[in-house]
Amino acid sequence: MSAPSDAMVEIRSVHKKFGSLEVLRGIDLSVRPGEVTVILGPSGSGKSTLLRTINHLEKVDRGWISVDGTLVGYRRDGDKLYELREREVLRQRTRIGFVFQNFNLFPHLTVLENIIEAPISALRRPRKEAVASAEKLLERVGLSDKAAAYPGQLSGGQQQRVAIARALALEPRLLLFDEPTSALDPELVGEVLDVIKDLAHGGTTMIVVTHEIGFAREVADTVVFMDEGRIVEQGPPADVLDRPTQERTRAFLSKVL
Amino acid sequence: MSLTSDPPVGPSTGPPIDPPVEPPADPPAAKEAGSGAGPDELTVVPVRHPWRWVAIAATAVLLAQFLNGLITNPGWEWDVFAQFFTAPTILKAVWVTLQLTVYGTAIGFALGIVLAFMRLSASVFLRTVAYGYIWAFRSIPLIVQLLFWFNLAYLYKELQFGIPFGPGFFAFDTMNLVGATSAAVLGLALHQAAYAAEIVRGGVLAVGSGQLEAAAALGIPKFRQLRRIVLPQAMRSILPNAANEIISLFKGTSIVSVMAIGELFYQVQVVYGRNGRVVPLLMVATVWYILLTTALSVLQHYVERHYAKGAVR
Repeated sequence: MSAPSDAMVEIRSVHKKFGSLEVLRGIDLSVRPGEVTVILGPSGSGKSTLLRTINHLEKVDRGWISVDGTLVGYRRDGDKLYELREREVLRQRTRIGFVFQNFNLFPHLTVLENIIEAPISALRRPRKEAVASAEKLLERVGLSDKAAAYPGQLSGGQQQRVAIARALALEPRLLLFDEPTSALDPELVGEVLDVIKDLAHGGTTMIVVTHEIGFAREVADTVVFMDEGRIVEQGPPADVLDRPTQERTRAFLSKVL
Repeated sequence: MSLTSDPPVGPSTGPPIDPPVEPPADPPAAKEAGSGAGPDELTVVPVRHPWRWVAIAATAVLLAQFLNGLITNPGWEWDVFAQFFTAPTILKAVWVTLQLTVYGTAIGFALGIVLAFMRLSASVFLRTVAYGYIWAFRSIPLIVQLLFWFNLAYLYKELQFGIPFGPGFFAFDTMNLVGATSAAVLGLALHQAAYAAEIVRGGVLAVGSGQLEAAAALGIPKFRQLRRIVLPQAMRSILPNAANEIISLFKGTSIVSVMAIGELFYQVQVVYGRNGRVVPLLMVATVWYILLTTALSVLQHYVERHYAKGAVR
């Protein structure tokens, strides 16, 4: 294991199996602070699974991941990795924001309650402080007037913007987006991408799994193309998207562009 | 064409009901519309339902006969009913019935929640034990279980607290500790727990996995996830079933009368055994059961409304 590098995320030879199905077959990737990494690839290529291993929603079978210089989900002692207790894993996750494809807002809580829940219960912030920063976040995603609404009363695009505000409320060092616009009506995709772009320009480190090639071209510092559990190629969008070196990447791009 | 709540007759409601009239009526209407007449000049005539009126009349007559019988038939002996409905001995029995229900529900659901989470646990051992409990207590008729508990002292003369298989610290005479009433509560609660466990488990399973993932991804502490995210959502599917169970337990307490415990049904039997007025005293019990079940149903409505916050339907 290397000494803490300057990388925000360090992924080393990560393997993952579901039963007999090998979903990840040795992934190596590093993400520098402030960088936006976009992961592209066909369904079943393992891109969502990779994203989920980064905050330990999935356990890795081999290899390791570190975020901001700390191992995720494990503690190293000598040459052994000890699995952390759930309480410790939960504490680690407060530094990593995760935005789901299906929003996963809590339907029985108002927009404001959704956002302040984790800061109050996981970070032990005083309620008043949590509410004040939640209001600022709602303003940032353009939903100040929806604080008292329930998720069921919002459009898909609005729900996803609330979900982003909820992830930001923990002031994470890293934001992970799992196909944030795939469940949205086409005309609502733009408003969500605008919020994510705004965060990217603000210098937040993020890894985005998406099918939006245009977004990748505009915002990504690095584009990673995955297929069958491996990284096929990675580099700046101008290289990977316009001058791919691998036949597999070309074949994929010719279908989605 | 009119919209009615009747069984659908197909897209063209008119013709099948009234074939000779409707077809000639249609073309002129079409012609009028075609000739540019405003839609405000067309009047909608709802379909008539003569047979519905016949059904209403027949039902009303039957209902009137029934009510007339209730009032005029001297066999109901409403004066006896009135005399005993609020008699102290009956009120005391109602109170015992309520206590059996409350303790049975409280202990039953507390144990049921534990069993539900055992069945959802990752440990095969805990899952199997919980399943075995539910299997056993659902398989044995309640009345048999009650008689077993009633005869507990026959099996175990003494109950002892201490180190398992080791020395004991306190010992109780089973006969004194597990009296008739506590045997009844125990029997009802243990039986109820098996059903409550499955209801709670069903409710927890009904909460989408995405909810737990979101809570986990936000780092919300485990117990708080359960209390704040999972249970309030599970309550929506738990409540209707739980209310069914509580109501059926409430009425099921009458089974305890086999153990000579002075609950409502037993007390009523005692009274009519003495004075022979069977029907009015059965009515005393019936009306009390109906009143209290109604109260529970009203309570259910408000509790369900509380947990419906944010629900789209």
